[in-house]
Amino acid sequence: MAGHPQPLSPRPGIIAALSVLAVVLAAFGAVLWRAEPGGGPGPADWAALRFTVLQAVLSAVLSVALAIPVARAFARRRFPGRGTLITLLGAPFLLPVIVAILGLLAVFGRSGWLSALLGLAGLPPVQIYGLHGVVLAHVFFNLPLAVRLILQGWQAVPSERFRLAAQLGCGPREVWHLLEWPALRRALPGALAIVFAICLTSFAVALTLGGGPRATTLELAIYQAFRFDFDLGRAAMLSCIQVAVAGVAGLVALSTLPEGGFGAGLDRPVERWDGATPGARIIDALAIAAASLFLILPLAAVIAAGLPGIASLPPPVWRAAGVSVLVALASTVLLLSLALPLAATIAIRRRGWLESIGLLGLTASPLVIGTGLFLLINPLTDPFALALPVTAVVNAVMALPFALRALVPGMQDVLRGYGRLGLSLGMQGAGFWRLVVLPRLRPQIGFAAGLCAALSMGDLGVIALFADPERATLPLQVYRLMGAYRMQSAEAAALLLLVLAFGLFWLCDKGGRSGAEA
Amino acid sequence: MLKLDGLEIRAGTFSLSADLEIERHARIALLGPSGAGKSRLLSAIGGFITPAAGRILIDGHDVTGTAPGDRPVATLFQDGNLFPHLSAVENVGLALRPDLRLSRGDRNAAEAALDRVGLAGMGARKPAALSGGQQSRVALARVLLQGRAILALDEPFAALGPALKAGMLDLVAEVADETGAILLMVTHDPEDARRISRQVILVADGAALAPRPTQALLDDPPPVLRAYLGDARRPG
Repeated sequence: MAGHPQPLSPRPGIIAALSVLAVVLAAFGAVLWRAEPGGGPGPADWAALRFTVLQAVLSAVLSVALAIPVARAFARRRFPGRGTLITLLGAPFLLPVIVAILGLLAVFGRSGWLSALLGLAGLPPVQIYGLHGVVLAHVFFNLPLAVRLILQGWQAVPSERFRLAAQLGCGPREVWHLLEWPALRRALPGALAIVFAICLTSFAVALTLGGGPRATTLELAIYQAFRFDFDLGRAAMLSCIQVAVAGVAGLVALSTLPEGGFGAGLDRPVERWDGATPGARIIDALAIAAASLFLILPLAAVIAAGLPGIASLPPPVWRAAGVSVLVALASTVLLLSLALPLAATIAIRRRGWLESIGLLGLTASPLVIGTGLFLLINPLTDPFALALPVTAVVNAVMALPFALRALVPGMQDVLRGYGRLGLSLGMQGAGFWRLVVLPRLRPQIGFAAGLCAALSMGDLGVIALFADPERATLPLQVYRLMGAYRMQSAEAAALLLLVLAFGLFWLCDKGGRSGAEA
Repeated sequence: MLKLDGLEIRAGTFSLSADLEIERHARIALLGPSGAGKSRLLSAIGGFITPAAGRILIDGHDVTGTAPGDRPVATLFQDGNLFPHLSAVENVGLALRPDLRLSRGDRNAAEAALDRVGLAGMGARKPAALSGGQQSRVALARVLLQGRAILALDEPFAALGPALKAGMLDLVAEVADETGAILLMVTHDPEDARRISRQVILVADGAALAPRPTQALLDDPPPVLRAYLGDARRPG
């Protein structure tokens, strides 16, 4: 496509890319500049690095290993509600971390449902804080993602192969060797790498379930150096380590991730003749039931625990909710103004360095960027006064890779399908945006906006660094209520957060799809 | 008048040269084997690909570097001639205002053009609510309203049945006569050429040859055309 006349100019996208690059590089630069050369990492910092890698490895291996039987069951079974369940597997991605943590505490915590069951059998309650709690939460978030990635790999096997295998009398064992294992082997490295990369930079889970010298991640160590010791040099030094580790992991993940790894519709009907034995049926049913329970129970717990208190929520919670909605909306507007021109430029150019700019959000840690921005703002004005705008900016940058994945294919279709027609009618620039791109891309724009709004709504990252008592977003407010052991208020606020995050996503997604025809 | 002056189109190993002139009011079919470059030649004339060398002159003006929308060329592609989210009258109205800020007069003109192609009263419909033939008519109505000096057809009716296609070709010939446009039409079917084009440009072996009368060329085809046409040369 390059070299041919296009109805859209690549320039705004390049400007957007350079702006993102400038923010991220400026933040990194500030961190590097502030990191004191003499003060190398101490024993506690090495321990944080070890714990970070250990929990990420365990989380990745467990998420993927548990995902295999679930994905296999989804791949070879057709049952009512299957499509809905697969769609629901996308939900944890939008779920505010703090909400899931409260749900997991209600099920697996000291006074949770599981402990109560164990108590009936005369066993001691389970302990959720520490390494296994962090890994449990990460598996909760990433098991569905791993299932989707593996399922995608299996559904890419043409149905004719399964027909052929069935005709040749292959049983489950042979189908596994001939078809399933080769496809799985292709999907596994990408799934492992992406979960590993996500868990490396996850902050809120470590903040709530980790802590202490034995369960501190790099991100948490940055936060502690920043918040408790206000040791900017150490925060910067830890940030450098985090950038190096996450950068390497991110690059590995990107190079191994199959195309369209976050795509939606996974319900292409592939007829499967294998696995009709009663044993296979039972295994598949158990896998799906267990995974569904594991994912649904914590959510049900939040809803059940939060409902009674929602009417009597204290005013600060409502104020925080208002703040969060505003931050989410600002972040979404910023995201769209970056992602739309960027998607156009990527679609025009097909390949190049621009795509990797959009992916900075995957590898860069929000806390590192937050620390860097703090260092930059600090000499100029009070950084705490800018907590909310900075949060909105960082959230938009973090959502950018996902928005681009949703927008770029649609943008390519629009340019391929209507670029020449638009050109021949003299539509260019703003006219082509208004009359062709925006109406044609409404569903994708709605989805991307919803994604960003929900992620921003639930974000507990930068805001934890910057916030003072007067400025809290709803996730931070939930965290503070938890810290004050006001669990009932925390659970009710978490339910409100859940409703708002999914509500914003639903509104944007629905708004994009309604009225977008043909 | 359309003049291709030492035109060279290249893409990878593909190359096509054209050095020819086409008179006003000419109705010309571009005929030749698949991959010979018929569509590319049309794309170059329409401004969608940039030639490697040579000039394109329309009525004496060099348009080689002109943007597609600023050339006096209206192109109908194989598909994607209508915006599915715009109504028929809006699709036609784009001929007058690419920003679609249509005045009452513009709207009336668009309705009249739809009327002319036999779609009276269907202006409010979106393309999905129209048949394939009706969609082609909407595109033709727009071309009529554009009133450009050259009407380039890149097999826009390939998906229509034979009877419907013949009807559309007749309508195209009428539109070309009404607007006084040069008609350039890519086709695979010598019957299309016989039906409305008076001359044929043969595109083969890396060159587009000067136009020759349709009847004479099809009755006594050169070897490359004979090989391409096979038995389709003398139907019935």
